[in-house]
Amino acid sequence: MKLAYYPGCTLKTKAQNLDRSAMAALEALGVEALELPRWNCCGAVFSLADDDLIHHLAPVRNLIRTMESGCDTLVTLCSQCYNTLARANLLMREDAEKRDTINRFMTEEPDYAGEIEVQHYLSFLRDSVGWEKLRAAVEVPLEGLKVAPFYGCTLLRPNEVAIDGGPSPRLFDEFLAALGAEPTRFSAATECCGSYQCLIHADAESERAAEVLASAERAAADALALSCPLCEYNLGTRQGAVLEGREGLAPLPTYYFSQLLALALGLDPELCRFDLNQPPALQLVQERDFVSSS
Amino acid sequence: MVEKINEISGENLRKCMQCGTCSAICPMGEAMPITPRRGMMLLQYGEIEAVQEAAIGTFCASCHTCEVRCPRGISVAKVYEAVRLLALRDNINLIEPEAIPKETLAEAPQIAFVSGFRKLTA
Repeated sequence: MKLAYYPGCTLKTKAQNLDRSAMAALEALGVEALELPRWNCCGAVFSLADDDLIHHLAPVRNLIRTMESGCDTLVTLCSQCYNTLARANLLMREDAEKRDTINRFMTEEPDYAGEIEVQHYLSFLRDSVGWEKLRAAVEVPLEGLKVAPFYGCTLLRPNEVAIDGGPSPRLFDEFLAALGAEPTRFSAATECCGSYQCLIHADAESERAAEVLASAERAAADALALSCPLCEYNLGTRQGAVLEGREGLAPLPTYYFSQLLALALGLDPELCRFDLNQPPALQLVQERDFVSSS
Repeated sequence: MVEKINEISGENLRKCMQCGTCSAICPMGEAMPITPRRGMMLLQYGEIEAVQEAAIGTFCASCHTCEVRCPRGISVAKVYEAVRLLALRDNINLIEPEAIPKETLAEAPQIAFVSGFRKLTA
């Protein structure tokens, strides 16, 4: 297997804490991944219209770049990038008519028919590294840390791109358990944070975020683990505004799953870029001695 | 107009049996002036203007829960994408980027803008 990594636009700017920690962790696990030298925005949402092919070109172009780089698997971190790239890949693999139109339109690119595999980082860890090897590589087990794994929407829906099947996925829980943390089951784990509705119907979005936070609190979680920069914005960055006027809800630290991974592997905490999280995130892991306070 | 929605979405509006599952599980359902189920019924009768006026499509967060749960296998999300596109293809914006608060513009991640603008601007 030859692995390519697709970062996506947000990971190079506002979510560098997701990008850097995840790539450092891969290296520590002895996995070689080539960051695609020429990637473009995936479009963030998969076009749902049957008669709209032009919006599939952006993700397909990234898949072609992966193929051209000689890699056979593309790993990505952002949940929205994963969803868009994985669905575009299935479209090219399964819909002969649309594939043909897209290939004929992209005259300067080689034809593509879904040759590569698109994987989310978490399912890559499960399938290609394995929980056993991960557990063995952990140097700072996150003992006693109750983490609620927030799958959200786009890692699980629609079914054909779900990183784990069924209404009650386990993959994220298994990952946290391998780090020595205590995965906390909570009712909102597979619900929506409100997504890009923060731009349009911010009050309704805040209701969603409040319900996710309340659900994690009811389950007595110490923190939320996330995979998506939009979830982090709605549940982390905007948490102060969400908690305002909602009595009984306490602040809850939020992390990208990869930051917890890097900490557990004993990597330099600088790589986690906790300065991009809300302050309670760093405070909690310092209190628990998972990171030196220097 | 029913045919146009079916053509853009690739779905068949007539399959909807009005069970209301989509309304029950929609994360934005409570905020909508009319429910996704009611919108489906209006669309079955060709009342697209009523659905557009209620702006149901602008509430969709692309969570795809309705698509996964619909017992008739309809992608309700695709249907409302078609409703949005009927306006967007007439060059009508469903949100005005200028109306987004400055603080949000400064803080929100790029994927929020890319997805929001893809879904709601012409």
